[in-house]
Amino acid sequence: MDLALSEEQELIRETFAGFFSNESSLELVRECEPLGFSADLWKKFAETGALGMGVPESLGGGGTGLIEMALVAEECGRQLAPVPFVESAVAARLLARLEAPDALEAALEDAAPLALALRLVDDSPGQRIPAGAVAGSVLALRGGALVRVSRPPGWEPDCPKNHGSAPIASWPLAEAPGEVLAEGERARAEFDTAVEEWKLLTAAALVGLGRESVRLGAEYAKGREQFGAPIGSYQGIAHPLADCATAVDGAQLLVWEAVWAREDEPERAPALASMAFAFAAESAARAATVSLHTHGGYGFSLEYDVQLYFRRARAWPLVWDDPRRELQRLADRLYGPSRS
Amino acid sequence: MDFRLTPEAQEFYDEVCAFFDEHLDAETIAREERTGDGFDRAFHEALAERGWVAADWPKKFGGQERDAHEMYVLDQEFLRRGCPRNTSVTTGLVGNTLRVVGTERQKRELLPGIASGRIVISLGYSEPQAGSDVAAAQTRARREGDHWRIDGQKMFTTGAHLTDYIFLLARSDASGGKRDGLTMFLVPTDSEGFEAQAVPTLGGERTNLSFYSGVRVPDWLRVGEVDGGWDVMKVALSLEQGVGFSGSAETLHRRALEWAERAGRLDDPLVRERLARTALNAEVGKLLEQRAVWMTAEGRPMRAEGPMCKLFTSEALIEDAGSLLDMLGPDALESGGGPTSPAAAAVEFFQRYAQGTAIYAGTSEIMRSLIAEQGLGLPRSRSG
Repeated sequence: MDLALSEEQELIRETFAGFFSNESSLELVRECEPLGFSADLWKKFAETGALGMGVPESLGGGGTGLIEMALVAEECGRQLAPVPFVESAVAARLLARLEAPDALEAALEDAAPLALALRLVDDSPGQRIPAGAVAGSVLALRGGALVRVSRPPGWEPDCPKNHGSAPIASWPLAEAPGEVLAEGERARAEFDTAVEEWKLLTAAALVGLGRESVRLGAEYAKGREQFGAPIGSYQGIAHPLADCATAVDGAQLLVWEAVWAREDEPERAPALASMAFAFAAESAARAATVSLHTHGGYGFSLEYDVQLYFRRARAWPLVWDDPRRELQRLADRLYGPSRS
Repeated sequence: MDFRLTPEAQEFYDEVCAFFDEHLDAETIAREERTGDGFDRAFHEALAERGWVAADWPKKFGGQERDAHEMYVLDQEFLRRGCPRNTSVTTGLVGNTLRVVGTERQKRELLPGIASGRIVISLGYSEPQAGSDVAAAQTRARREGDHWRIDGQKMFTTGAHLTDYIFLLARSDASGGKRDGLTMFLVPTDSEGFEAQAVPTLGGERTNLSFYSGVRVPDWLRVGEVDGGWDVMKVALSLEQGVGFSGSAETLHRRALEWAERAGRLDDPLVRERLARTALNAEVGKLLEQRAVWMTAEGRPMRAEGPMCKLFTSEALIEDAGSLLDMLGPDALESGGGPTSPAAAAVEFFQRYAQGTAIYAGTSEIMRSLIAEQGLGLPRSRSG
C-alpha cells in the first residue's frame, strides 16, 4: 500500500486546482445555467492540453494514465466546472485506441467537445448523451460497429432543461451517417472500456463535488451562531458532516483503487469500478444534502452556492443510471450473472 | 500509488496464515465461543514463541521490528478467523504505552514478559459512571509511603479475570480540574482487595466489573507522573487510532454468501443487492484502514484518518449484519456461538457482535466529534 502521488501527479492536481479556482468561479457556473457549458472556459481548458492528456504522446497527447485524469476530474467536480472534460477525454482515448489518427487529430484541434453515447444505439436510439448538447461529434456503438457521428450541419439538438445543468441531448444516432471506426468484438470491447472509464472519471468528479459540499457546510457551521454558539459546536450539526467527510474519503480511495486495478489487478477491476461508481454517487448525494441542511433556510435559498452542488450531485450519476442498479451490476461482477 | 500489500507484508501474511492453520484449532474457537474470554493462553504462548505478541517492538525487548503494514495483516487475520483477540490487543497497547512513557525499571521488568507471553494486561479506564467521559474517573489513589492505596470500581475491564495487571486510571487529586488530578497504575490482579466479576455481553464476549478495595500498589508500578495521568492517557488513546473491523465485515460477507449459495437464493435480486452492499462496505473499510496504516508506517501526521476507520467499519458492520440477518428470512431464527458456526447462525452472531464495535474503544459519537474537530476544524462539541 502506497498512496503517495508522484511529483508529476501532485503537479497535475495543483495545476488544475488552481486553473478551476481561477477560471471557473461559481459566478461563472451560475451564468452558464441552464446549459452547463462555457465556450470561453472550454477554449482555455483545451489550451492546457487536458483533453488529450490520456492519449499517447505519439498520437499528439499528454501520455498520462487514467489516475492523472481522475485527479483532474476531481478538481473539475470541486468547482462544478461547466466543461465536459470527462466525456471529451474518454472519447479522445477511445479514438486513440481505435487507431483513428485523423479523427483524433481533428478532435484534439477541433473547437467542439467530443461525446460518448453510453448505451447501445440499437437499444436506446433516443438516449440522452452526456455533453451531447455541445459536442461536435458523438462516438456510439450502432449495429455492432463503433461509429463517429458528426453534428449534422444546421441541426440543433433538443436540450432538455435539467436540474443538474448537464448539457445532455438526444442525437439522431440511428439514422445519421457515421464513420465506422471499428467493428465486431473489438468495437464492443473498446466501447465497454470507454464506458468504464467514463464511470470512473464521473465518480472522481463526484468525489470532488462531495468534498467541496462538506467543506461549504463546515465553513458555514463555523461562522453561523445560534443560541449563543457556532452551530458547528452542536453535535446534531457536526456529526452528520463527519459521516459525510468519512464517506467522501472512502469514495476517493475506492476510485483510486478501481483505476489502479485496471492495470495492476485486472481481475478485480470490474467489481471495483461498480463499487466506486455506486459509492461515489451515494456519498456525493448525501454530502450535498447534509451540507444544504446545515445551511438551514439559506441552504434552501438560491442565493447560497450549496444548491448548485445539491442539484448536480444526483444528476451527474443519473446520466448513466440509478446507483442502486450499479449495485446489481456489482453483484453480477462478484457472483456471476443472475440466472433468473 | 500501489494498493497491494508491501512485499514484506505479503510474505508475512503467508506466514501468519500458516501459523493460524497450525495453532488455531476448532477446539480453541469452540472454547472462545463458549466462554467469550477473548484470550487463550496456549494460543497466546504459541504466538509469543513465534515472536508475534510484540512483533513491532525492537529486538532488545523481544520484538521483530515489524512495520505497521505487517502488524495490520496480523491483526486482521485474528478478526477474519474469529480468534480470541481482545487481551492480545490490550496487552500490546499497554506495552506500547510503556515504551513511550514507562520508567527504565518498568521497561526492563515488564516488556520482556509481555513479549514472551507471560504477562497479559487489561485496560481499566471506564467506570460505572464514566464511559465516554473517561476523565471523570472517580476510583481513588492515595499515597501511603512507597505504596498507593486504590479504592473504587471499574466497568468493562475485559479480560480482568485472566490477566496479570490492570492498566488503571485513578483520581489522585480531586481538588483541581477533571483532567488535572489523574494518575495511572499497573495494578497486579493477584493483589489483596482485587476482584473481577463477570459481565456477559450480547456479542458473547465476557467482560468484567472489577473492584478495588484498599489494593496496595508499589510506586514503581505508577505509569507517568503523579497527577500526570491524562498525558499518559493521551498516548494510550492515540495508539488505539486506526482500529477497524473490515476483517469482520469480510467474514460476515463470506458466511452470508455461503448461506445464499447453499439455500439456492443467489439469483434473488434482493439477496444479491444486500450481499453486494456488504462487499462494497468491507472494501471501503479496508481502504480507510490501509490508509491509516500507510500513514503510520510513513510517519505522516494523522488527523481524522484514524477515527474514520473506527466509525465507518463499525457503523457499516451494524448496518450490514442487520441487513443480512433480514435477508435470511425464517432461516435467521437460528442462534449460533460465533463466526464459525453454520452460516445462518454465524450471521446471527455478527448481528449481535457488531453492536459492541461501535461502543468500545471510543463510541461512534466520540469518533464523529474527533472527525468534526480534527478533520473539519469545527469547534469542540463536548463541554468539560
